[in-house]
Amino acid sequence: ILDRASINRMRVSVCVSLKQRNLEGYVGFANLPNQVYRKSVKRGFEFTLMVVGESGLGKSTLINSLFLTDLYSKDYPGPSQRIKKTVQVEQSKVLIKEGGVQLTLTIVDTPGFGDAVDNSNCWQPVINYIDSKCEDFLNAESRVNRRSMPDNRVHCCLYFIAPSGHGLKPLDIEFMKRLHDKVNVIPLIAKADTLTPEECQLFKKQIMKEIQEHKIKIYEFPDTEDDDDNKLIRKIKEKMPLAVVGSNVVIEVNGKKVRGRQYPWGVAEVENGEHCDFTVLRNMLIRTHMQDLKDVTNNVHYENYRSKKLAAVTCNGVDTSKTKGQLTKSPLAQMEEERREHVMKMKKMEAEMEQVFEMKVKEKKQKLKDSEAELERRHEQMKRNLEAQYKELEEKRRVFEEEKANWEAQQRILEQQKLDASKTMEKNKKKGKIF
Amino acid sequence: NSHNSSGGSTLLGYIGIDTIIEQMRKKTMKTGFDFNIMVVGHSGLGKSTLVNTLFKSHVSRKSAGWARDEKIPKTVEIKAVSHVIEEGGVKMKLTVVDTPGFGDQINNDNCWEPISKYINEQYEKFLKEEVNITRKKRIPDTRVHCCIYFISPTGHFLRQLDTEFMKRLSHSVNIIPVIAKADTMTLEERQEFKQRVRKELEVSGIEFYPQKEFDEDMEDKSDNDKIREAMPFAVVGSDKEYQVNGKRVLGRKTAWGIVEVENPNHCEFAQLRDFLIRSHLQDLKEVTHNIHYETYRAKRLNENGGLRDEPALPLTLYRLLF
Repeated sequence: ILDRASINRMRVSVCVSLKQRNLEGYVGFANLPNQVYRKSVKRGFEFTLMVVGESGLGKSTLINSLFLTDLYSKDYPGPSQRIKKTVQVEQSKVLIKEGGVQLTLTIVDTPGFGDAVDNSNCWQPVINYIDSKCEDFLNAESRVNRRSMPDNRVHCCLYFIAPSGHGLKPLDIEFMKRLHDKVNVIPLIAKADTLTPEECQLFKKQIMKEIQEHKIKIYEFPDTEDDDDNKLIRKIKEKMPLAVVGSNVVIEVNGKKVRGRQYPWGVAEVENGEHCDFTVLRNMLIRTHMQDLKDVTNNVHYENYRSKKLAAVTCNGVDTSKTKGQLTKSPLAQMEEERREHVMKMKKMEAEMEQVFEMKVKEKKQKLKDSEAELERRHEQMKRNLEAQYKELEEKRRVFEEEKANWEAQQRILEQQKLDASKTMEKNKKKGKIF
Repeated sequence: NSHNSSGGSTLLGYIGIDTIIEQMRKKTMKTGFDFNIMVVGHSGLGKSTLVNTLFKSHVSRKSAGWARDEKIPKTVEIKAVSHVIEEGGVKMKLTVVDTPGFGDQINNDNCWEPISKYINEQYEKFLKEEVNITRKKRIPDTRVHCCIYFISPTGHFLRQLDTEFMKRLSHSVNIIPVIAKADTMTLEERQEFKQRVRKELEVSGIEFYPQKEFDEDMEDKSDNDKIREAMPFAVVGSDKEYQVNGKRVLGRKTAWGIVEVENPNHCEFAQLRDFLIRSHLQDLKEVTHNIHYETYRAKRLNENGGLRDEPALPLTLYRLLF
């Protein structure tokens, strides 16, 4: 796992091995920084800022004050105006132009954080969001065509601490512990006009003590070679965590127009260094350390994510007893092997499928044959039945004919007898035997 | 008087019935009285400071020796601290019940249960004493007369925990919601927040003290209506004194001004104090005794047809008494 200290050491060692040579004439590469500057100005900058904290801590107001825009206005009320049942992660993009420089600012808000009665795992949606942005960047980096690579990774996470005056809450500690190695965490004391200067000092000390106790790594300002800059940085470090107040309302104080909050007992000025640390935050976040935040995100947090993710991929699908040596395998060779495996798997699947297909065809054929035979059999049987019936009928007809002949014969005999009888009667009549 | 149907009878001379008020006063001064107040709210809302400011002395748990930066307990604890304070010859035994750990955990489910249990335990203690055959002359009253619930000044809405707690406990104790650390909000923000909170309380059916149903007559009703309109009070507490316009006042000193705690233009602490102590202290005790305690008693006696450990009286006599 890389961290800032190891990177600094790497930088230093490289510089020592090169000897500085003196030039005999003016070459002109001193102009390089200007060229870089001009190119970046043309390209424009991106910055993603995440704000996390319970509702009602002034996150939306602070964002509006920092960037002097109405990201959340009356027409588009921010997430604070809606009650949420679960933690959501919402992002809003705004394009800010100043002095020819273009900044695409993405603000990621987390409404619902810490607002429920049971807040276990309310940090999970936040972690999922950060990881998904890193994954998008990883995929974009690994693609073949890398022309446009938008950087949506979260560069900085402002964590708002409620101004209780006592110390950190269990939720604060849990959240920062889980996120300090995924993103730059900058803790802020919200609504700092609640605290008197002494209370603020005590509170800050208490928070820093607890942060050290729990080994939370908040964003650290890098040391520079310039002594004056270092003095400033040390002063800022003493003020951590920064106690901020936000306001977009302009009030007139002693003839001057200032941003502030009007109370019956005075006006709390947002940009007054003695009232709160808002100017320190703004200068640090935008004017001096924006690039450093992006660098640390890229070099430290993103690299941690990347190595963890890729190590997990190489361990997948390989026998666990062999994993000891596999971690050092080059990803390209691993990819080749995977491809070969994949192709083999496909071939095997194809063969299997063919087998199955053949089997099915055979089955079907057999079935058809069987039913054909069955049909034939039945056909034969029916024919035989019919013949038998036909024979029977013939037999019956013969019998019937016989009977008919008999009966006709009998009828004829009867007729003959009748005739005979009538003949004899007539004879008898004639003979006078019947009277 | 039986032969007078309209109003009281006209006296033929000065009898002195009105001195009974003086007699009561003298008695009260001698015996003194108990008052138990509970403060509920998650840590950092200024509960202990407010109690100190209300009674103008260091009576909170924090002042009784607990350190300022003690760790947040893992479960809700109930810590009661008692002091006897005296003013104008009247002695008051004030007990402040604090509830550290409420609403501070990551998972705050059922964090109201220890509090509910404590309140019911006090009613149970009183009931047992009352039912005893040989009763003490003055039953020690540890029942919670008033529960001040501190609402976090987010400026947006009530939290889920707030409504859950108040819903469950408004029927067993007098709840007075206050908006804590009101110096976080400007006057307009305070008004908007108050409106929203009051609407939410109405919608959730939460009856905070003074409850509408217990107004005894028209005078009470109009007084209490005014108070109900102004609740929840937005308060600021402080036990430090500063010099403002030649006077010493309690306040908080910021870089842009001094917040005066007792200045009605700055916050509503003075209103809360007058309401709580100067006008409704006795009423709080009465409502607790006549209504909340009686509800508890009726429920308990109906539950098992009697108390579990019945006194050794003949059954008929016992039934007669209760």
